[in-house]
Amino acid sequence: MIIDILSWVLLSLGGAFVFIGGLGALRMPNLYTRMHAASLTDTMGAVLILGGIMLQAGLTLATIKLAAILLFLLLTSPTASNALASAAILSGLQPKEGPVRPREKAE
Amino acid sequence: MIIILFGVFLLALLVITALAIVRTDSLFAAVILTGIFSLLMAANFFLLDAADVALTEAAIGAGISTVLFLGALALTGEQERGGSKSRLLALGVVTVTTLIVIYATFDKPRFGDPDAPVHQHVGPWYLEKTPELIDIPNAVTAVLASFRGYDTLGEVFVVFTAGIGVLFLLSARPAGRPEDFQASKVPHQGLRHYLVPRVVGRMLIPFIFLFGLYVQFHGDYGPGGGFQAGAIVAASIILYALLEGEAQALRALPMRVLKWLVAGGALLYGAVGVASMLLGSNFLDYSVLASDPIAGQHIGIILIELGVGITVTGVLLCVFHAFAARDKV
Repeated sequence: MIIDILSWVLLSLGGAFVFIGGLGALRMPNLYTRMHAASLTDTMGAVLILGGIMLQAGLTLATIKLAAILLFLLLTSPTASNALASAAILSGLQPKEGPVRPREKAE
Repeated sequence: MIIILFGVFLLALLVITALAIVRTDSLFAAVILTGIFSLLMAANFFLLDAADVALTEAAIGAGISTVLFLGALALTGEQERGGSKSRLLALGVVTVTTLIVIYATFDKPRFGDPDAPVHQHVGPWYLEKTPELIDIPNAVTAVLASFRGYDTLGEVFVVFTAGIGVLFLLSARPAGRPEDFQASKVPHQGLRHYLVPRVVGRMLIPFIFLFGLYVQFHGDYGPGGGFQAGAIVAASIILYALLEGEAQALRALPMRVLKWLVAGGALLYGAVGVASMLLGSNFLDYSVLASDPIAGQHIGIILIELGVGITVTGVLLCVFHAFAARDKV
């Protein structure tokens, strides 16, 4: 029962993070801030959702597989974000410093 | 019910992705969208309980073909050339085809209908006889490798022929091009500027390779088999080539080894068939490979799946290197 509640809390929190990430990826003003929002989905979102599913699965083989997936995601997603950001920097897109007006879309 | 809703949702996403692919002018975006399309398709297959197909689609469609498309893009431009003028004609063709396809669906059985012809023909027989004749849990592998061994042999030869075709097309150099253009390239390529991806990639490559071997040799028991495993193993080596530069990957697995792999896998498959003929049975009837027919089937399936895996790995790597070795036109 407690495990069920906990797992649902995790799942909803994860869903919320995915939603916020998606919203941010759409609404943020420039590439780096958008990426920041998007990377939220595949770190916090994935961790919380997979944690919720693991609680649902209990101590089975499925949990171990989910843990492996989680480990893989935790390694690859930040790496992908890092590669994307480095590619953007190397191709000459400078991050803006200071306040940015919300409507300004950096091209 | 929820499964159907989820399926409809995924199919709607597929349509949206397809429209986005058609609408975009940037070929780069189109390639990434095709990868997304394949991933959605894999999820769809998985919903339909076709885990083997889903695995293939995810590994080849979303993984390797994206890399191959990007390799092709590196040779051409990133922008689409101006579209053709006959838009009305295209619209007409698409409309007529859509109407015909919709008309054809009226004859199709209901989704998941157990009385559908496809579930009535040979399917029940395969499912009934697999435990008795072959005795492996994954009926898909039994059908693919044993009952339908001829078809799979044909598929392997299709992959083999495709690989040869790509090698022929891409190895041809334009006239007046120096032969040893490879030597003029900088020795260190790859992601030199990207430290984090290199470190993480190096860490993951052995595990991806191991997973490929697991999928290869666990195909009798779970989803998997030669096609999927070949794609995964090839993906791990392509990842190595992307990280360390193509020359480094060719040093580890030179082109002549790859060509041997391409031919060797198909040969191994055919040789299993010939061996069963020599032992006094039909071509690709594995029952005679051991004293116990069921053990013979197991040996035969493992061997031909290995052949499939070797050929698929070889062909995918050859195609990748053929793209990567070409200079920009």
